[in-house]
Parts: sequence; C-alpha cells; structure tokens
Amino acid sequence: MSVPRLRITKVKKCFGATQALRDVSLVVGSGEVHALIGENGAGKSTLMKILSAAHSADGGEIQLDGQVFAPATPLEARSAGVAMIYQELSLVPHLSVEENILLGREPQRLGWIDRSERRRLALAALAKLNQQHLPLKVPVNQLSLAQQQMVEIARALVGSPRVLIMDEPTSSLTQVDTKNLFEVILRLRDSGVSIIYISHFLEECLELASHYTVLRDGESVGMGRMTREALPGIMRLLVGRELSEVYPRVPHSVGATLLEVTQLRGVLKPRNVSFQLRAGEILGIAGIIGAGRTETLRALFGLDPQIGGEVKLRGSSCNRATPRAWLQKRVGYLSENRKEEGLMLGRSISDNLLLSNLHPCATGGFINRRRQDRLASSWMSTLGVKARNSAQNISDLSGGNQQKVALGRLLHHDAEILLLDEPTRGIDVGSKAQIYQIIGQLAAAGKSVIFISSYLPELLGVCDTIGVMCRGTIRTIRPAPEWTEHSIIATAIGQDEN
Amino acid sequence: MKTEHQPILDEQTRRVNLQQVINLLGPFLILAFVVMFFAIIMPGEVADTFFSAYNFKLILTQTVVVAIGSIGMTMIIVSGGIDLSVGSVVALTSVLGAVLIKSGSSMGMMILAVLATGGLIGLLNGVIISVFRMTPFIVTLGMLGIARGLTKRLADNQTVNLPDIALPSVGLLMADPDPNGYFVAPGIAVVIDLAIIMALVLNHSVFGRYIFAIGSNEATARLCGVRTRLVKLSVYTLSGVFFGLAGLMQFSRLRQGDPSTALGIELDIIAAVVIGGASLNGGTGSILGSMIGALTMAVLRSGSTQIDWPNYVQEIIIGTVIILAVGLDKWRQSRGRQ
Repeated sequence: MSVPRLRITKVKKCFGATQALRDVSLVVGSGEVHALIGENGAGKSTLMKILSAAHSADGGEIQLDGQVFAPATPLEARSAGVAMIYQELSLVPHLSVEENILLGREPQRLGWIDRSERRRLALAALAKLNQQHLPLKVPVNQLSLAQQQMVEIARALVGSPRVLIMDEPTSSLTQVDTKNLFEVILRLRDSGVSIIYISHFLEECLELASHYTVLRDGESVGMGRMTREALPGIMRLLVGRELSEVYPRVPHSVGATLLEVTQLRGVLKPRNVSFQLRAGEILGIAGIIGAGRTETLRALFGLDPQIGGEVKLRGSSCNRATPRAWLQKRVGYLSENRKEEGLMLGRSISDNLLLSNLHPCATGGFINRRRQDRLASSWMSTLGVKARNSAQNISDLSGGNQQKVALGRLLHHDAEILLLDEPTRGIDVGSKAQIYQIIGQLAAAGKSVIFISSYLPELLGVCDTIGVMCRGTIRTIRPAPEWTEHSIIATAIGQDEN
Repeated sequence: MKTEHQPILDEQTRRVNLQQVINLLGPFLILAFVVMFFAIIMPGEVADTFFSAYNFKLILTQTVVVAIGSIGMTMIIVSGGIDLSVGSVVALTSVLGAVLIKSGSSMGMMILAVLATGGLIGLLNGVIISVFRMTPFIVTLGMLGIARGLTKRLADNQTVNLPDIALPSVGLLMADPDPNGYFVAPGIAVVIDLAIIMALVLNHSVFGRYIFAIGSNEATARLCGVRTRLVKLSVYTLSGVFFGLAGLMQFSRLRQGDPSTALGIELDIIAAVVIGGASLNGGTGSILGSMIGALTMAVLRSGSTQIDWPNYVQEIIIGTVIILAVGLDKWRQSRGRQ
C-alpha cells in the first residue's frame, strides 16, 4: 500500500484550560481534494494553524509523505511543501502583484532583486492558474476580490507545494468567480497537488472533493468518500449534540411592528435583507460566519454605510441614521467584539455601564461621583455582576461579568430595541443562563430584541422568530418552533430545497 | 500570451501608472505652488535676490541637513515607524565632532566617530522597538531627551569653539557657494549620491521590499518568512548613521559645536517626508518625494526670511503648508480609489 501524502494521527492542542483539539486524525492521498467539514468552533482553524506552524501541537503526529512533519516556523512549513490560503486575504496591500507573489522568496543577487527572474516566476505561478493576464505591476489593493484571491493562490504555488490548504475560499466570491476557482482547484489536483478544502457549503465539497472528514468539538467524528449518499450522515454528524442546557422561558406576547427593514444593502454585505421586528419579540438570526449577520446590524445601526434599502422605525424613515441618532431613539447595539469595541478595557465598571447615558448622574455637565457609584452599584446587583465595587477595572472581570456590564449599558440606556450580536460568545454557562433570563424579561416588558448567535440550541430555546442568513441575505424567516437545528443548518449552508 | 481580458487589464495598468505619476507629481506641485506664491507676493528688488542663481545654491546648501535626515526618516516612516530623536542626534554628533577636532583628532577619525555614534543610537532605538516591542513614538521621544542631555554634558553646556586653523577644513563640506562660478558645497553632492543609492535600495533590493511589506502589513510579512524584527532593527540603525551624517553637515555649516542646535528639526524632517507623499501609517513613500519635500521646506524658510517676515509668520505659513500637503494627499488617494 502506498504512503499517503499527509497523515495526521491523534493530534491534540490546548489553549490554557480549553481543549481546542482533543483527538483529530486525517488522511489525505496525493492528488486528492479532501473536504474538511465542521461547525464554527469545531477546531478546523486550529488544525490548519498547526499544519502551517502558526501553532504547535501538544500531542499526536503528522507525517508528510511518510516523513515526520513538525515545522517550527511558517517559512519551514512552506519550504516543506505545505502552503496555506487564508480565509481573510493576507496580501500586502501596497505591493504589486508580482511583489506579493514572491514576497519572502525573492530571486536575488547579493541582495538586489532580480526583476526579470521575479517576473518569470510570478508569471509561471499565475500560468498554473491560467491567470497570466493579471497586471503584474499593479498594487493588489487596486484589484477585485477575486483577482486578489488568485494572487494569494499564486503565492502559495511558488515552490510547488505538495499540500495546499484552502480555508473557506469562496466566502467572499461571486458565483462566476467561484466557478473559475473550482476549475483552478481541479487543475491543481490533476497536477498532483493534495488539497484540503475547508467549507461550510456541502454542495461545493460534493463538487470538488473525493473524501471528507467531519470535525466536531475538536474531534474527528467521521470520514469517508464524499458522495451524495453520504450527505445525510454528514448532516447528522454536524448537529450531533443534545439540548443539554435549559432555556428559562419568560412568558411574553408579541405586539405591533416597531422596526421595518426592507432590502437593506451594505458595501459588500448585507446584499438584500428584509425583516420586521415587533414589540416584545425576540428575533434570532442564524447563519455561518461570513453570512453577513454582523454586517447587517452594523449597516442598520449606522456603523457601516447603508448603500440601499429602507429602514423604518415606528413608521418613520430612519435611513442612514448615525449611532447617536439611534441611541436617541432608544435603539441600542451590543458588539460581538467585546474586547475591542464593546467595552473600554482599562476603565471602571461604572464608566462602562453609564457611558451612553450620563445625564442621571451629572449636574451642569459635571459628573457627581457619588450618584454615579450609586447608580452603577444598583445595576450591578440587578445584573448579578460579581466584582469588588463599581470602581473596579472592567478588565479584571471574567468574560461573563464583562458581558453583563456591556448588556447593562443598554438596559441603563433604557433601550426599547436591543441589537445583540453574539451576546453569549465565550462566557460561562451560568452567565449565559442569566443573559437568557434578562432577554426574556425585556421581551415581557414589551421591548424587542434581535439576537445573533452561532449556537443553535440557544436560538431555538430563546427566540420567538428565527431568520437564517446565507451569503448576505436572509433566506427564510419562520417562527422558532417551525425550525430544527437540522433545517437551520441546511438553510445556512444553502442546502434547503428552495 | 494574449487572452480576451488583455484590453481591460491594460487599462488597469495604465490607470495605476497614471496614478503613480500623479503621486510623484504631487510634491513637485506643492513646491511649484510655494515658489509661485513667493513670486507673486515678493516686492521687485527682494524677488530679484530671491530668484538669483546664487540664492538657489544657498537654498540647496540649507537643504542638506534636513534632506539627509529625511532619507533616513523615509525608510522609518515607510516601515510604519517614526523617529523623534533626530534633532538631538544631530546636535550630539555635531558637538562630538567639534570636541574631537578641538582635542586634535584627524578629520577621518572624527567622521568615523560621528557616523558610528549616530548608528549606535539608531541601533539602541531599533533594539528597544523591535525586540522589546515598544512604540517607536515613545522610545524615540525618550531618546530625544537622552541624546540632548548627553550633548549638553559633552559640550559642558556651552558652545565648543574650534582653533582658527581647523575652520577651513571643517567648513569645506558646507562651504558657501561661489556667487559667480559653478562651485557648490560638496555636501550637496553627498545628498544627491545618497538619495540615488537609497532610492535604488528601497525600490530594487530585497531589504527595500521588506521595508515596504512591513509598513503595509506586518503580520503578512512575517507569515511570508520576512524577519521583521531584524529588518526594523536595521532600518533604525541605518537611519541613525544617516542622522549622524546630518550632524556632520550641521557641524560643518556652523563650524563650531552648539549643544542647542537643530532643536525641533525632526518636525521639519517629518514634514518633508509627508509632503513627499509618505503616509504615517506606513507602506508608502519615496526618496525623491522626500527630497522635494525637504527643498520645499528650505524654500519656505528662505523666502520668509528674505521678505523679512517675523518668525511667527514663518511658523504659521509652514504649518499651513504641511496641512495642505497632507490634505492634498488624502484627496488624491480618495480619487485614486474610485
């Protein structure tokens, strides 16, 4: 029996207390396109970072053509023949196409770049992709996304890699560009390159890959030949967990329409999003990473430009309103990026809680310290924030307590509509349950919530209505009881029968 | 090989080429604007002196220190950094030169010591910035104080005067031009040679590519195997040598060691680089642009002096031109993206 191109055996990886990879095994033959499938957070990225030497494994073994493969630096991984194409394009924006393709391996004579040789090598790499018409001297920030992707692939092809890893390469491409990319992938496969293709879109995997491996919670839970018959089994493996957490339901009823969004369009995403939000409604938005969920809220809230569409609040038009204007209309937004955007790390709990509405504790423009502390302390006990006092630095708190403070800011602002982007990401189970409780109480008080989450059980457990996004649009909106995890995933990856 | 895409992409290349020409033209436009401004505003007899060949040669001589400084600064700014310690380094090295000559050392030894001192301070900056990962702004701000303090200690807080016999050889590099003949200060030739060499290094060497790559996207550069720390360290060290050379020129021009010289010159240098089209975010900039920027600064200073404007008017006008130049650059970039 011949030696496989790449053999990964029982690889493990921990980050502190979190076990990102428990037990992953994967075998890829030469000239094979291998689909790596898994939900957000299943460990795909960690595995790929180990292969490209951005991380090192804690246990297990990786063999490349029968030799042990343990690169210490990204450069070593590349020289050994493993090249990676990242989901977010990683080009140097100001350098030209040919400079990007040869970056780090410039042909040189005594430190001076051999320009004609560089040109020849860049052209040779582009020719493998049938893209030799790309303008070599143009800075890459002048190219379209699809062109940039070709440059990125060309860079990976310099030095003839044996294994090429592609992470969600189609997430920002149009259909035509995707088709071209597929031709390129198949051409590379036929020339003997092994390709690990990471994608949420099973249809794509079916078109390209001959084999698959499914990752779930850091383990490889299934592998086999990629055929249409294998799809139902893969879907089962993807979902495969029990509704273990309990979602406290606060009884509430849904009233008249408050917010009406019609064909909302942003710069790239969202492409076309329409929905209605009623008083006392919890509207969940599901979708894979890159579907445009965050971008929808950002364009709605005026953080990113709104290019087209219509936004109405209580029947009056609110197109292109600024965040300040939305806050004045008592609409609040909770960022998914707690550390960089959601909170002022380094400032106190009370500063973070009260920033958007300082009037209750200010007189004539000056903040009354005692009133501020009293106000913040009362919110802290309402929210169950565990801390010494309201003057404590927010960065000392656990993720769960930080998130309660961030959510508390919207409560203190007395927002009527709360736009919550991944409010439970990266926090402990107890805090999650408290946040579900708060959301339920808000709805019972007649307030409306939009709840973005990648964790389906909580959406199904908490929301009244769920909309599923796919490639920049909301594909389907239905009452939550009419959804199952299976049908949400199928819609999110474009596998529903629409 | 021809494909059906060819015409569109040729168009793309042509547009980018055109934009590059416009970018390069930008600094020249600003210089032309400044010259025209003086031509209009100056009374006749002042204009006659200002627009004479002799005065042009004088302005070139006055450009030398800032121009050499901005060659080093261009490298640093392109790599995404900044260096605020230039003025102090220029003062330290020029005073060091004076002290050495006074104590009887040879010209050759003095030049070597001056360049080495500049390089050493640059190396120190580079190590702190790249190895200990501290912000260039803060590190070089600290170095600004340290080097100035050392200068005052070295000069005993007073001007270091040279014996008369040493003056001609010290002053040769920055000698006044011949009013009638072709003689210009040798320092100008040094600037031109250095600018040409460094422009080649930035555009044609692997080292130069890495400087641009780090300034444009450091994470990607590291991912592509660029030794980002080593490159940054080299950038600061090499620039330090240039700042030492600028100090040598300053010493030659003053023909004495003045511990309070070159105060705030780093701001003129940064302004020259920015007028020359560099972005303080890194990734863009050119030596030619910075040279034109340095010349613009010298013309502004010289013109204001000759009109006999008080110092404060000079400062206001120079400040305005810097803001206009950056504004023009922003506008150019937003046009380019459409």
